[in-house]
Amino acid sequence: MKRLPLSLVLGGLITGALVAAALISRFWTPHDPVGMDILNRLKAPGDVGLLGTDQIGRDVFSILMAGAWTSLGIAFAATLIGGTIGTLVGVTAAARGGWLERLVMSVNGVLFAFPPILSAILLGALMGPGAVTSITAIGLFMIPVFARVTRGAALQIWSRDYIQAARMAGKGQALITLEHVIPNISAQIIVQLAIQTGLGILTEAGLSFLGMGVSPPTPSWGRMLSEAQTFLSSAPHLVLAPGCAIALAVLGLNLLGDGLRDLTDPKRGSGA
Amino acid sequence: MPPLKKFSRQIAGLVLLLAVTSLVIFLAIEAAPGDPAQIMLGTNAQADTVAALRAELGLDRPLMVRYLAWLGGVFTGDLGTSYTYGTPVAELIGERLRVTLPLTAMATLLAVAISLPLGVWAAQRPNGPVDTLASVFSQFGIAVPNFWIGLLLILGLALGLGWFPTGGFPGWGAGWLAVQALILPAVALALPQAAVLTRVTRAAVIEVTNEDFVRTARAKGLTRNRALWRHTVPNALLPVVTMLGLQIPFLISGAVLVENVFTLPGIGTLAYSALSQRDLIVVQNVVLLFAIVVMVVNVIVDALYVLLDPRLRGRA
Amino acid sequence: MRLTLPSLLKSASTAALLCVTPTVVLAAGDVSFVQAVEPPGLDPTVSSPVAAGQVVWQNLFEGLVTIDAAGEIQPQLASAWEISEDGLTYTFTLVPDVSFHNGQAFSAETAKFTLERILSEDSTNGQKALYTVIDSVEAPDAATLVLHLSAASSDLLYWLGFPAAVMIEPTSVETNATDPVGTGPFKLDEWRKGDRVIMSAFDGYWGETPALDTVTARFIADPQAQVAALKSGQVNIVAELAAPELFGQFVEDDTFVAHVGSGEMEVVAGMNNTRPPFDNAKVRQALMMSIDRNLLIEAVKSGYGTPIGTHFSPASPYYEDLTGLYPYDPEAAKALLAEAGYPDGFEFTFKVPTRTYAQRSAEIMQAFFAQIGVTATIASSDFPAAWVQEVFKDTDYDMTIIGHAEPLDIGIYARDPYYFNYTSDAFDAAMADVAAAATPEARAAGYKAAEEVVAKDLPALFLYSEPKLGVWDAGLTGVWENGPVPSNDMTDVAWAD
Repeated sequence: MKRLPLSLVLGGLITGALVAAALISRFWTPHDPVGMDILNRLKAPGDVGLLGTDQIGRDVFSILMAGAWTSLGIAFAATLIGGTIGTLVGVTAAARGGWLERLVMSVNGVLFAFPPILSAILLGALMGPGAVTSITAIGLFMIPVFARVTRGAALQIWSRDYIQAARMAGKGQALITLEHVIPNISAQIIVQLAIQTGLGILTEAGLSFLGMGVSPPTPSWGRMLSEAQTFLSSAPHLVLAPGCAIALAVLGLNLLGDGLRDLTDPKRGSGA
Repeated sequence: MPPLKKFSRQIAGLVLLLAVTSLVIFLAIEAAPGDPAQIMLGTNAQADTVAALRAELGLDRPLMVRYLAWLGGVFTGDLGTSYTYGTPVAELIGERLRVTLPLTAMATLLAVAISLPLGVWAAQRPNGPVDTLASVFSQFGIAVPNFWIGLLLILGLALGLGWFPTGGFPGWGAGWLAVQALILPAVALALPQAAVLTRVTRAAVIEVTNEDFVRTARAKGLTRNRALWRHTVPNALLPVVTMLGLQIPFLISGAVLVENVFTLPGIGTLAYSALSQRDLIVVQNVVLLFAIVVMVVNVIVDALYVLLDPRLRGRA
Repeated sequence: MRLTLPSLLKSASTAALLCVTPTVVLAAGDVSFVQAVEPPGLDPTVSSPVAAGQVVWQNLFEGLVTIDAAGEIQPQLASAWEISEDGLTYTFTLVPDVSFHNGQAFSAETAKFTLERILSEDSTNGQKALYTVIDSVEAPDAATLVLHLSAASSDLLYWLGFPAAVMIEPTSVETNATDPVGTGPFKLDEWRKGDRVIMSAFDGYWGETPALDTVTARFIADPQAQVAALKSGQVNIVAELAAPELFGQFVEDDTFVAHVGSGEMEVVAGMNNTRPPFDNAKVRQALMMSIDRNLLIEAVKSGYGTPIGTHFSPASPYYEDLTGLYPYDPEAAKALLAEAGYPDGFEFTFKVPTRTYAQRSAEIMQAFFAQIGVTATIASSDFPAAWVQEVFKDTDYDMTIIGHAEPLDIGIYARDPYYFNYTSDAFDAAMADVAAAATPEARAAGYKAAEEVVAKDLPALFLYSEPKLGVWDAGLTGVWENGPVPSNDMTDVAWAD
């Protein structure tokens, strides 16, 4: 048996732990993540709870756990939606070619050029802040990414001999795409899913930081950071803890993506 | 000439796309709840005052008339007047660019200054200690949000050591103080970029090192170092430059957040506040500016391609 | 694990700190003050005047009358006035030989122009409603101004002291937003957008020359950065520190004056009084009794704030403490809720503007409501745009929360329409008494009655009044301690010794 890439193992462990924390938080957290204890506010880590308390006395560790559910959930839902649409667009463009492909790719280019946080804020203005807005905004900016990757990968498959053979056999574009193209590019799609979910977490955090994320009291890492800004000097743990959580989550997903790539495509050893 | 024809077709397509994009944005903000006149007047104003201000701002005209007026103005060089500030948008954007351009330029330079040597060095011995270090750096750099880096820098270097201001911008008239105010935000903006670029540089250098012409150069007796700097690095720059271009939208996204953390009067904070004030004209122009920046950068990247790639140069 | 990064770094590098800390030494006659919001324009008589007034009121622009630090009306460009017995005619005697910064003379004609501009059909003065009681303006001679009112209004003189009614020079109307021309002791030198407004003493000032040579308004939104600027000497006055968490450090520090002043901002949770169950006064009263206002203030404002029971803050001369009417009592609240027909509570949407104080307050109130079985779902509303539209204009909401910063603004509960959708004959009668009041006592009695009506009816849950947490260099004198008008009046400020 082949040795698993280190990045895959590390990434899998980190991501697994966070997913577990997110799932467990649905049933159990050390303290109530929305239960406040105003007299015990702004306590340092160790004094009260594992990571101290926030500005209204909630247990930081518990909010972080519950926040994992929010962040991972939104990022994953957005990536899944954006990934599905983007993949469909990508493989269709690759299969059909011609003006459709050109149109799709130039619209893609414009979407790609638009700073993601701005389109998210714009969407936030239109729909009001909330989880649905975050998912839509992040998912929207995932579409061109997936379209680009899957189109490139699909074009390679289309140039293979066995596709030519399938064509000769009279199979239609849709059938070939379904039977041959998608299965052959699924590895690349999965790699992208992991990496883009990481980027989704970063964008969600940015949106919440600007006040356009989920409404309180739903815990959110980005909003925790935004609220902690004024306590920077008096309670630095409020800034350090959620930031570390975001970084860890993104790191885990990136490592996972890299590891999966190394596993499925050993030629393109990425290492870095 | 075919290349020129192709180029002009591309430009025409882009202009069309920009017009469509701006229309979409126009309609989106129009549909979003919020009336700029009411927002400006506050909660004490009564209906007739709001109506008077709407008339003064030209908001009582039909939607398409306003859009076409703006579009026509753009083509004649008049970007319109901001609802909230009452000053020409061109002036407003110009003022803010004086902060954002130096900031993003500093960040990009810093990112290149870190990533280029690090990436090249790491590529010398794949999986060696430097490579491991570089890979750890880039993994972390990509994972941390830039606004969090900003907060940590404020915590350590501004509040802790007092070496830098915690935020704000004193204006270029303040000289060194102005530069000082941009250093921490530039670092926060640069680190994630540097992480991405390190990765790309390393991969590109490794790939080029294995190519025939470099092997030939080594075989001809060039030292490892000379071969590296004369042949490998120049050729490896291509993907690095491409990546720099592709990162521009993320750089702008980052600037919105980082300017927010450091309360810098830049284009990012302008876009954000204009959106929340529903200052449509400002939003439109800022978005147009971003789109043009991305376009221009793409053209420059293409041009650099020709310049940097001897093979492409031969063909041109 | 204890994280003490800043203190560690600090002790390790005191030497380095001394060499490179950015300090700006200001000349003796210079003062810089900070405010969080930069106004879009510097003309307080058009559009949103609060931030503009904070920069220019009394410094650049003056009115017929003014409001002093104690909230009392004082003469300014009008040296004296007479009010007819029926309260319908005001005759002002104007100060002679006053000139604007551009050299033009101030006269009754200028004053007439200013007031008529506020009242005109195409006026874009956000506070126009306060002055519409003026029917016509006359300028019989250069030093006399006569106002004819359509109804008596005992508040008018007060409103004439406001930033929205400062005297404007006719030829400067178009440019006042960027290049303001007033009669004040300071004139504009430079406005560096996004950063500061620099003003310097005006040679031709009609009144007593101020002690300061230059006054600079700095715009710093982040409280952390405000504090850093104050500590490094870049600025000297923070009139309203937005983050009470940062205030404590100045209380012990002798080099600064840290003053808990009373401000005019009342934070209230307005309800849609026509939408069930909020149309039932008992429900509103029960919700009020479910909230421990002191605990709320502790959590949201680090304890700096005063619980209020009606729509006036302690800064107001007519303030009444009515918090005892519906004190914190969850059991009684539950009983009252049952009496109102909601023994098992109810659910509603709490539309909360995206502002820190509002979001934090809402989270805590949500927990208090839960104690009496009422479930509030918080929906963030993008402020100002979406909030103004949804809550204020369309009144499409159940409950919201916002700070009302305008002084003497209890009249909003008489307004129809206003976002509470509240109507009360008793309240309207009380406000009519105020308007018609011929004596200060009658006026106070009218306000008292009005305060009591809303305190009982609770069209909004009255939560707390924001303190004005001021911090300034201990070497300064003449800084306003309280905030009867949102402003940074620098005319009496001086460096001691």
